[in-house]
Amino acid sequence: MEKIVTRHFGLGNSHRLESYLKDNGYQAARKALTQMTGLQVIDEVKKSNLRGLGGAGFPTGTKWSFIPQANPKPKYLVINGDEGEPGTFKDKYIFELDPHALLEGIIITCYAIGSHKAYIYIRGEYIKSLERVQAAVDEAYKANYLGKGIMGTGFDIDVVVHPGAGAYICGEETALLESLEGKKGFPRLKPPFPAVVGLFGCPTVINNVETIACVPPIINKGAEWYAKLGSEKNGGNRLFCVSGHVNKPGVYELPNGTTLREIIYEHAGGIPNGRKLKAVIPGGISAPILTPDQLDVKMDFDSLKSIGSMAGSGGIIVMDDTTDMVWAAMVAARFFAHESCGQCSPCREGSGWVYRNIKRLYHGHARPHDLKNLPGIVNNIGGNTICAFGDAVTMSVGSYVTKFRSEFEAKVNKEYAESHH
Amino acid sequence: MFTAEYKQELDKITHKYEQKRAALLPLLHSVQEKEGLITPQTEQNLAEYLEVPVVHVHEVVSFYHLFHQKRIGKCHFSVCQTTACALRGAEEIIEHIQERLKIKPGETTSDGKFSFGIVECLGACELAPMMQCNKEYKGFLSKKKIDELIEDNS
Repeated sequence: MEKIVTRHFGLGNSHRLESYLKDNGYQAARKALTQMTGLQVIDEVKKSNLRGLGGAGFPTGTKWSFIPQANPKPKYLVINGDEGEPGTFKDKYIFELDPHALLEGIIITCYAIGSHKAYIYIRGEYIKSLERVQAAVDEAYKANYLGKGIMGTGFDIDVVVHPGAGAYICGEETALLESLEGKKGFPRLKPPFPAVVGLFGCPTVINNVETIACVPPIINKGAEWYAKLGSEKNGGNRLFCVSGHVNKPGVYELPNGTTLREIIYEHAGGIPNGRKLKAVIPGGISAPILTPDQLDVKMDFDSLKSIGSMAGSGGIIVMDDTTDMVWAAMVAARFFAHESCGQCSPCREGSGWVYRNIKRLYHGHARPHDLKNLPGIVNNIGGNTICAFGDAVTMSVGSYVTKFRSEFEAKVNKEYAESHH
Repeated sequence: MFTAEYKQELDKITHKYEQKRAALLPLLHSVQEKEGLITPQTEQNLAEYLEVPVVHVHEVVSFYHLFHQKRIGKCHFSVCQTTACALRGAEEIIEHIQERLKIKPGETTSDGKFSFGIVECLGACELAPMMQCNKEYKGFLSKKKIDELIEDNS
């Protein structure tokens, strides 16, 4: 199978410019800047069926086309590298092992949308990523791949590497913009959408790291080649991150549409100690959990949506048959309670309420009404908040309660409940 | 107030941004790297330098987990407790650290050598159970590995 985003990962010093140039590095940017118009680049990316690989799966070329070209304000490209969705660790590999692929994608994207400035937002804990990407930016400036009149063309571009500071919510694109403006990460009300009013009030495109790293190969080899690699409306390959109860946790680049079963059992080496799979999160902690009868689902945005879950960020977390699902729900709920930014009451209060409720159930201290109330609390967070975090609490925690109801019921300690009535 | 010389150093960061105040996060990282924490005096100085209210700086410092308002140990463990790490034994690791260091999450040992915190996903689930030890990620943690890390830094 042809590797795209990970094609350089095994090469020595793959993070250095010298190494990147050996494999036609920056030739896609040269091609775009000298032989194509911005609109042609956007059309090519539309035809490739490249979709946002941060989690939302929005068609990338279409997103770029929303930038109002007649708007006289500067336009910005912001790279979302605040990788924080539990189960996801792919962008870190791109930052550390092929940062120039990201930079070349940035040049092409900026050219397409008429931007001359890009910010790369990297989560603050990723120290090595921050250092590697900054070193790559410095190399690229020196060699005139960034800066004024790059590669002998008239195109100017500046790239700034920006560190986050430890807040899951900043992966939400408008919270990320707030954070990039030096504020706490509170998501913004939409509309206006960032394409019109984004960073510093200017038109802004926000894309995930992996998405942008796919752009140079698409320009080099053409949209048709890329579209053919994936499933019908979801072109190309994807970096699947596999963790939890598997023999070989790690990042696997596979075509969109590969089955979940193949990823877990053939690529990630199956479940350790001869145990059986009990549950699996298919796309980061926010994605509704799946059961063993759903393992033949194709891993692409549309197929996962059709069975009531989501492809999300490509983070697959596997749980074997020793896993207590009330405990697993408690761990997920604790995460949401900890990371809710606190802006909207249903999420701020609700996520803590859900966590405390499940914690009581898990420890056998549930009150008589706890299990009865749980679905109601969970379902009243989603849809009632500014950003999708609230929806994630509802979808994620709700799926444990629905699919493993009997385990929750078994936790209700009747004696304790009655004595504390 | 920051010295003129220090301001020049900070200017190198702020000049990359369209608005000076947008540089607040990298500025806080830079100060914390030097001083080990963010004090109320630093918040005051940064507010004056960026021409923003001091409450704005404080709000940002208290919002983000990576900024410390009290001094942490020379060796700081941030242990992940989220799903992938939890499935592979994070609870046992956290208990072991508490027993060995005789401190609770958020505390520092009396000799100032160690502190530890429990954090949510650090984006390294393939290394589970894992933690960040100062700047470095340490994966596939075991009680033995924790003991070695504590010995190496004692």
